[in-house]
Amino acid sequence: MEESQDNLLNEVTGGVYKYGFITDIDTEIIPKGLNEDVVRLISAKKNEPEFMLEFRLKAYRHWQTMKMPEWAHLTIPEINYQDIIFYAAPKQKAGPLSLDEVDPELLRTFDKLGIPLEEQKLLSGVAVDAVMDSISVKTTFRETLAEQGIIFCSMSEAIREYPELIKKYLGTVVPYTDNYFASLNSAVFSDGSFCYIPKGVRCPMELSTYFRINAANTGQFERTLLVADDDSYVSYLEGCTAPMRDENQLHAAVVEILALENAEVKYSTVQNWYPGDKNGKGGIYNFVTKRGICKGDNSKISWTQVETGSAITWKYPSCILRGNNTTGEFYSVAVTNNYQQADTGTKMIHIGKNSRSTIISKGISAGHGQNSFRSLVKVLKSAGNVRNFTQCDSMLMGDKCGAHTFPYIEVENQSAVIEHEATTSKIGEDQIFYCNQRGIDTENAVGLIINGYAREVLNKLPMEFAVEAQKLLQISLEGSVG
Amino acid sequence: MLQIKDLHVSIDGKEILKGINLEVKAGEVHAIMGPNGSGKSTLAAALAGRDIFEITNGSVSFLSENLLEMSPEDRARKGLFLGFQYPVEIPGVSIVNFMKTAINEHRKFKGLDPISASDFLKLMREKKDLVGLTSSLTNRSVNEGFSGGEKKKNEIFQMAMLQPTLAILDETDSGLDIDALRIVAQGVNKLRRNDNATIVITHYQRLLEHIVPDFVHVLYKGKIVKSSGRELALELEEKGYDWIKEDNE
Ligand SMILES: Nc1ncnc2c1ncn2[C@@H]1O[C@H](COP(=O)(O)OP(=O)(O)O)[C@@H](O)[C@H]1O
Repeated sequence: MEESQDNLLNEVTGGVYKYGFITDIDTEIIPKGLNEDVVRLISAKKNEPEFMLEFRLKAYRHWQTMKMPEWAHLTIPEINYQDIIFYAAPKQKAGPLSLDEVDPELLRTFDKLGIPLEEQKLLSGVAVDAVMDSISVKTTFRETLAEQGIIFCSMSEAIREYPELIKKYLGTVVPYTDNYFASLNSAVFSDGSFCYIPKGVRCPMELSTYFRINAANTGQFERTLLVADDDSYVSYLEGCTAPMRDENQLHAAVVEILALENAEVKYSTVQNWYPGDKNGKGGIYNFVTKRGICKGDNSKISWTQVETGSAITWKYPSCILRGNNTTGEFYSVAVTNNYQQADTGTKMIHIGKNSRSTIISKGISAGHGQNSFRSLVKVLKSAGNVRNFTQCDSMLMGDKCGAHTFPYIEVENQSAVIEHEATTSKIGEDQIFYCNQRGIDTENAVGLIINGYAREVLNKLPMEFAVEAQKLLQISLEGSVG
Repeated sequence: MLQIKDLHVSIDGKEILKGINLEVKAGEVHAIMGPNGSGKSTLAAALAGRDIFEITNGSVSFLSENLLEMSPEDRARKGLFLGFQYPVEIPGVSIVNFMKTAINEHRKFKGLDPISASDFLKLMREKKDLVGLTSSLTNRSVNEGFSGGEKKKNEIFQMAMLQPTLAILDETDSGLDIDALRIVAQGVNKLRRNDNATIVITHYQRLLEHIVPDFVHVLYKGKIVKSSGRELALELEEKGYDWIKEDNE
């Protein structure tokens, strides 16, 4: 951590969104709007088996009966679904592709984003599935992983190649009826990643998916499914960026995780979608359903998120602690600067005996940002000896921003021990001056103080990404003090 | 090294310093004494560049440059160090990390590469011993949960790490027991050289038994009303501040 913080501070940063460029590439797009034909078209484009089309259509029909949720502490402008393009794909052959079959322009794009797709150039020990708009461009290290029986590929391929696994698990953690955005996603999702870790296998590298929105007026609806079979382990990372555009773009993803007996899954997100400009124009609407189930006894799911991007974030990575002695964790840093809004948190549903959960949330609000933490700790009758620890801290920078907390607790079994701590602090002028007096300028002082504040969460990220996340935190808050 | 001429400083429109004149040369130790509320801390903070204090008149030159035009961080990088009366806590930022960042900022300013890990560790060890800081303390977050004495030791430790040209120590003795006071004073004395200078701000003379000043100034109601050699400190100890007050009403 210390070395990396150093690197961070030595970086000269411009305070602008670095990933705002647009790739000029031949893209296949379908006409705007949403109806059953569009759902069928997406399914057809992907050569999906019949059962998938059925799933999509059921979801679509259900979605039509639903209303946009309004309980979040967010101001969401009305979204016109007939004005969105639901499928946009850089033109290329159907995967899996070898590297020289991938359009060089796409390789350059991911290079620029710091995600080289040539295996020898990649951070050693990280396999990547690169998704642009509606399709997966390339998945690296597939063969290496396959040697251990690990499946890591795009969702589209998984549906074609492993229909039995998909049938067995897709929609079992987040059913297509779950909520408005999950239903929408179930109807129109285009790509994402699929990962299966067989019994007894410890995945030898970090798996990651990098999501990139490129095309204008499109929505991105990705779907990720991770299955960790008995006694297995995997650490998974997700990153995302988008071009700077004046129009808002919708991103409605679903992530499902299953951890079977004794399995452990770590899922980390560094979310850096375009946040909009200083005046709140443009930016991504990030409406995401993420849920994992600790299905087998002694299993563990850990969510870590660093949320710096998006105009609006609506996201609650959750754990269903079904098995006995299971563990659910949620570590979050969420930044809202300028006019960003975030309503994020988690649900821990305790069903199994002796299940444990930890929730650590660090909110940072600056500018006119609005930051809400929302959590539910629910202990069912069946769950004896449950323990939960929740800590939610808010930091305010300036006096035009807001921090709000909505912690809910529902306990049906009186043996549960639930602890909750909350603090609110301001970044102090005197802290900054203290740093200044030691020769550290204000931008770096803010970076230092914020990273100190978020340390507990950042420490949970895989090393390489911790560095990235620290930089991001500092950049996303630049200009907010002094 | 430092020349303060007719310095006037206000806060919220209220004038606190009303024409300070002071010259500090290399190798000297100056003590600034005076009753509470006379403006001692204000002088220290204004010299360090705290922007809530408005300079309404006067000039300050530091190493032949206009100090008042520099940002606080540039003043620090040029060699001005302020030992705070009330050091702040910075949760989650270890002293090691904090010091490394500070030292590298100083080095960058001088056009030097960042310090190597081994040199840094060596420096840390050496300076830690100087003020008797334990490793368990330096691995903790800056000042978080430190006792009053530990905070003050940490200030002197940082001073030792940064090797300033001019150190201003604001009430470094307040809240220290006699042992801690001795350690802090020893630290300061060991860092004394003929090419640096120290301004010690204190209310009591007891610190000056350990750090022997070349000059003692009495600040009262925003003005230096008396300057003399070290014997002035003893006189103040004996008679208190009342005679100063009476003379200046
Ligand atoms: N931040 C501040 N805001 C308002 N008044 C202040 C502030 N700091 C100091 N003062 C005032 O300035 C005067 C001098 O205070 P200070 O410099 O702390 O004196 P000393 O260090 O000699 O005790 C006092 O009247 C004090 O109330």
